[in-house]
Amino acid sequence: MSPAIIELKGVVKSFKSADGHARTVLEDVDFRLAEGEIVSLLGQSGSGKSTLLRIMAGLIGVDAGDVRYRDQPLYAPARGVGMVFQSFALFPWLTVQQNVELGLEARGIAPAERERRAEAAIKLIGLAGFEGALPRELSGGMRQRVGIARALVVEPEVLLMDEAFSALDVLTGERLRDDILELWSRREMPTKAILIVSHNIEEAVLMADRVLVFASDPGRVRFQLSVRLPRPRDPDSPEVRELIDEVYALMTAGAARVTGRAAEEPVRRSIAERLPEADISRMEGLLERLAGEPFDGRADLPKLAEDTELTDDELLPLAQALSLLQLARIADGDLHLAPLGRRYVEGDHTLRQELFGQQLLSHVPLAAHIRHSLEQEPSGALPEEPFLQLLSESLAAEHAERVLRTAIEWGRYGEVYEYDYNTGVIHLPEGEANGVKDEEADS
Amino acid sequence: MSDKQFFFPRQVVESGGNRWDWALLPLVLALLMLLAYGASQMARPYQVGEVLPLTLDPRYLPYYLLRTTLRMFLALGASLLFACAFAALAAKVRAAERVLVPLLDILQSIPILGFLSITVTGFIALFPGNLFGVECAAIFAIFTSQAWNMAFSLYQSLRTVPGELHEAARVFQLSGWQRFWRLELPFAMPSLLWNMMMSMSGGWFFVVASEAISVSNQNIKLPGVGSYIALAIEARDLGAIAWAIAGMLVGIVLYDQLFFRPLLAWADKFRFEEGSNEATPDSWLLTWVRRTERLRAIGLALVRLLERSFAVFRLHHDGTSIRARPAPANPMVSRVWDAAIAAAVLFAAWRLTVFIHAEVGWAEVLHVVVLALYTLIRVLVLIALAALVWVPIGIWIGMNPVWAGRLQAVAQFLAAFPANLMFPVAVVFIVRWKLNPDIWLSPLMVLGTQWYLLFNVIAGASTVPTELRYAAHNLGLTGWLKWKRYLLPAVFPSFVTGAITASGGSWNASIVAEYVTWGDTTLEAKGLGSYIAHMTAVGDFPRIALGIGVMCVFVMALNHFVWRRLYRLAEDRMHF
Repeated sequence: MSPAIIELKGVVKSFKSADGHARTVLEDVDFRLAEGEIVSLLGQSGSGKSTLLRIMAGLIGVDAGDVRYRDQPLYAPARGVGMVFQSFALFPWLTVQQNVELGLEARGIAPAERERRAEAAIKLIGLAGFEGALPRELSGGMRQRVGIARALVVEPEVLLMDEAFSALDVLTGERLRDDILELWSRREMPTKAILIVSHNIEEAVLMADRVLVFASDPGRVRFQLSVRLPRPRDPDSPEVRELIDEVYALMTAGAARVTGRAAEEPVRRSIAERLPEADISRMEGLLERLAGEPFDGRADLPKLAEDTELTDDELLPLAQALSLLQLARIADGDLHLAPLGRRYVEGDHTLRQELFGQQLLSHVPLAAHIRHSLEQEPSGALPEEPFLQLLSESLAAEHAERVLRTAIEWGRYGEVYEYDYNTGVIHLPEGEANGVKDEEADS
Repeated sequence: MSDKQFFFPRQVVESGGNRWDWALLPLVLALLMLLAYGASQMARPYQVGEVLPLTLDPRYLPYYLLRTTLRMFLALGASLLFACAFAALAAKVRAAERVLVPLLDILQSIPILGFLSITVTGFIALFPGNLFGVECAAIFAIFTSQAWNMAFSLYQSLRTVPGELHEAARVFQLSGWQRFWRLELPFAMPSLLWNMMMSMSGGWFFVVASEAISVSNQNIKLPGVGSYIALAIEARDLGAIAWAIAGMLVGIVLYDQLFFRPLLAWADKFRFEEGSNEATPDSWLLTWVRRTERLRAIGLALVRLLERSFAVFRLHHDGTSIRARPAPANPMVSRVWDAAIAAAVLFAAWRLTVFIHAEVGWAEVLHVVVLALYTLIRVLVLIALAALVWVPIGIWIGMNPVWAGRLQAVAQFLAAFPANLMFPVAVVFIVRWKLNPDIWLSPLMVLGTQWYLLFNVIAGASTVPTELRYAAHNLGLTGWLKWKRYLLPAVFPSFVTGAITASGGSWNASIVAEYVTWGDTTLEAKGLGSYIAHMTAVGDFPRIALGIGVMCVFVMALNHFVWRRLYRLAEDRMHF
């Protein structure tokens, strides 16, 4: 076994939310990054994978557990770690050259030496000639190249990449990814291990020796997958496709399991369950695509992603939402159109909304609870705060907020209840109100 | 035959610089000479009681202008240092933050006049037998009108440094010192500069008050534009006032062209957000300096000196060293600190109660609160009136891109111009037509501050997205509906920003505007401002303190209950 560079044992991390409750983001995570490997962390947003990366970078401390870098406890960022950021994190007032020199300057390296090494790194990453440019003059892809050069110039043992390609368009991202893999295989960079946080399944499978899939609430490693294919890997080869399918199946396993069982024994869903953040018109679009040619009611998720040009973290919540509302079913990385989904697609606008509302009430406990509570009010209206409070007892504040937003949006569409943005009040749809009819100020 | 070659000595060849250097040389030399002369005049021997020669002869005005400007720049420098120290401390030490930020909030709403009478004796004692003591008092007074908003802006910027940049700085092992110069200060630069310009304008507003100092029944008038104006008012010399206005205009144009414009143009590279289509400011002087060889070399040498300091103040250990281990949080310490703060606040409240009870009495407090209500009504009514006038005009200008750029600059300039110079004219009018000062003095309060409304509304209107304009046009919005649904909501956020500044400025201006003298005529409007001004003239310290305290409470309450809420509303709902 190659020597470990970073080792985490039993790491627990929680954040304090606004109301003072602690939320566990990572629970008992063990992880080992060894020399000579590329590891990908996959998981939905909020699953704690970025937190884990920051713990390894020494940016965040842990509540419990042990973090070691080269067998030494890690309290703050170590010199041997370079990091590439999602938003590039370049200093806009420094030129490309100055940005790349930043880490060297901080270490007190003499100007001449600094210049030499920075120029070498800039050339390595293919930016020669742009030394004097300011970041704002560069395109996104070139900016990220600067970010990578800045990380490589300090000759890090470990390169941490936090969604480094997700702010770039697909083509640029692929180019950059291939360039890095090439540098890695030709041993042109001093880096001994790379950790990539990503939400792009294909990217993870193409790059990594190991793919770790994270589960959320609280974050923990759900599954680990070794990829032993030689690089460069062809994304269209059957081996790679199979692996991608496998990861899709694993990542949607949670949702599939629940709906799979729902037919026989009703699963008691929690009110404070995290709802997939899915936009309704996208859900409808996906459903229509699924019902039409060439899928005909059954689609391979990676194919669907390609066909709809959605990224994985856009597609997966949609699929999960459809399966939650039982308009579709996820099984083995495939999305199947449910009979109800077929009716939905064929129906007109009114029928669709009706179906949506009906499914929402029977399968989303939060929506049902909101509706039930409203019906008991003489005015048919309630402020959103109590619901938010209920949610934030078991979810982090921002997630609670987002879950309620989603529930409100869905409820509005299904005409289950309405919401007044100005006052933050949820109320029964007009004409359904129990007592006094609600006054609509702005309509 | 050998070519006869002629070699210049090395120094002559290499010391050349280029033609831009030579062209700029006179300007640089003249500036240095003026600075040296002004500085030598500031540190003359002086005994309290000595009368400083002062004349209304306009030929002396450039000299007075030099003295005043020098004072203002010294104060600006002091404010800058203060802002850096304050912001660094408040942004990095949590315990300090909990005391400093509320303290600054209070200091910010204390009108400058209050500081003068307290501090002047101390400063004179600091430099016995020298004019510099009095100069320091004047500089300090200007400092108090400049420092707070700069400190606040810097603190805000340090708090809002984007998370990933901060993380990048840490991952790449930047020390605190390196981080400040490489990340935090550059990030804060645009808003800091903007606030420096505001501070400079604010300083002009109180230039009269800061230069004419009364201490132990002595009236000291330091040579400067402020004293010149004070003298002109005593002598009822409208001509001299006109000269002072002209001189000030020249001064403002000069430091705008020679100082702020180049700085603004230079600081454009620190702009963080991208894609904003604001025109990049340009400055002839900066372009000029950038073309020189020598001056640039001097500048670069300074930068290199700073960069060399990075090698000294760097992190010598990384995150695996025991020295990087964060000290475990001690709940006792923070509890003791909380208790200490609470005790200090309680003690202050108790002292205040005793003080008010013993020195002024509760009836007086009630009286002052009533006066403050008068001033509050004035501020609100006048801002509403100014809004009625300037919002439609501002929208109209902002929608006409040809005019927007030019007129916005004019409005900014007008905001920088000290409106109190126009007060004597108002007094002459009011006396001539026998008008009621309670009503007719009020407009003076917004004379200077209304421009903030105007240029903010112009800025807001000019950023309305083109599609929205087309949509409004396409839908055929007209009349009141157009205003209600489209124009007013579109400029609301920038209007609120302008109104906040205008309201703060008007409160401060009330001290000058509600109590105006012209020779031996004194016009007074009932209000908190005139109360403070009157008590300052009389030298009744407890009542000054009371007036200032009440004004603080009112300004803070207004900010908290009205402006901040409107601001949040605007941020929440009405932006593009």
